[in-house]
Amino acid sequence: MTTASVSLGASVSSQSRFLQLALAALLGMFVVGFVGFSHIDAVHNAAHDYRHSMAFPCH
Amino acid sequence: MNLFRNVVFVAAVAGLVAGVVLACLQAYATVPLILKAEVYEQAGGGRHHDHAAAPAASNDAVSTVAPAGNAMSSAAPATAEVTAPAEEDEGWAPADGVERFAFSVVANVVTGIGFALVLVAVSEFAGGVGNWRQGVFWGLAGFAVFTLAPGLGLQPELPAMPAADLLARQIWWTATAAATAIGLGLIVFRRSLPLTILAVLLIVAPHIVGAPQPDSFETPIPEGLHHQFVVAVTITNLVFWLVLGAVVGVVRRRFTGTATGLRDSFA
Repeated sequence: MTTASVSLGASVSSQSRFLQLALAALLGMFVVGFVGFSHIDAVHNAAHDYRHSMAFPCH
Repeated sequence: MNLFRNVVFVAAVAGLVAGVVLACLQAYATVPLILKAEVYEQAGGGRHHDHAAAPAASNDAVSTVAPAGNAMSSAAPATAEVTAPAEEDEGWAPADGVERFAFSVVANVVTGIGFALVLVAVSEFAGGVGNWRQGVFWGLAGFAVFTLAPGLGLQPELPAMPAADLLARQIWWTATAAATAIGLGLIVFRRSLPLTILAVLLIVAPHIVGAPQPDSFETPIPEGLHHQFVVAVTITNLVFWLVLGAVVGVVRRRFTGTATGLRDSFA
């Protein structure tokens, strides 16, 4: 736990840092949401086994 | 946007590795069970994967066969009549076999990167994942948030199993994951008794509200098959999250550790 001060971009301003990390997290949630939760039939069918295997609500 | 770029890079590597691992585990552990369940589902009248009309319809079917106990054979004809029309609005689907597996791999890798983005971004707020061991703990947290907590209320389900309205379940799933994540974060990073109590309340609350449940649990799927599936899903997800966290730790360490001036090497 000694690495707390080492980050992936420590010299950016804290506001910009917050925005960039928030953006990355949002992007991740959007990706998971689209593949795992989208109601579009083709997306559902393509990722069908995946959805069941991840215990995402399916059908 | 250097930080953003670095986060995406670390997440992409970790998501790719963990996604491929998970896809292989699934091919061995969960997909065969899904295929078995689809045999029961098809015996019950086509792959009714579009379930807009199914909940009401299958309730009718179920009530007529309820006295028959476990008998899949007697349940089959009754459900066939009701659910057969659903087959028409299914839309495109990958062909069984290689194509279907390929799409599963893609789904695993893409969402693996998605989960990794969330994990890396959130852990950066907390100082970052320093090594593979810290990564394993972050992975455990991800497992608790995205598999364990939602899975308690909404068990992993096989095709042909009854379920409540899809949107209601998705909302409950998302809210439960969010509440559990916030709760765990408060416990680990706030170190205060009142906030820890609040955290416990947050983690417990979705289960007091309760996940949306179907009107009837009658299904042609044998209990044993479903139980096997729940175990397989939970364990494969655990491995996925541990691998994801560990790889994030390793990749991030390489990233920050190779240059001597650690903190500015990527800014």
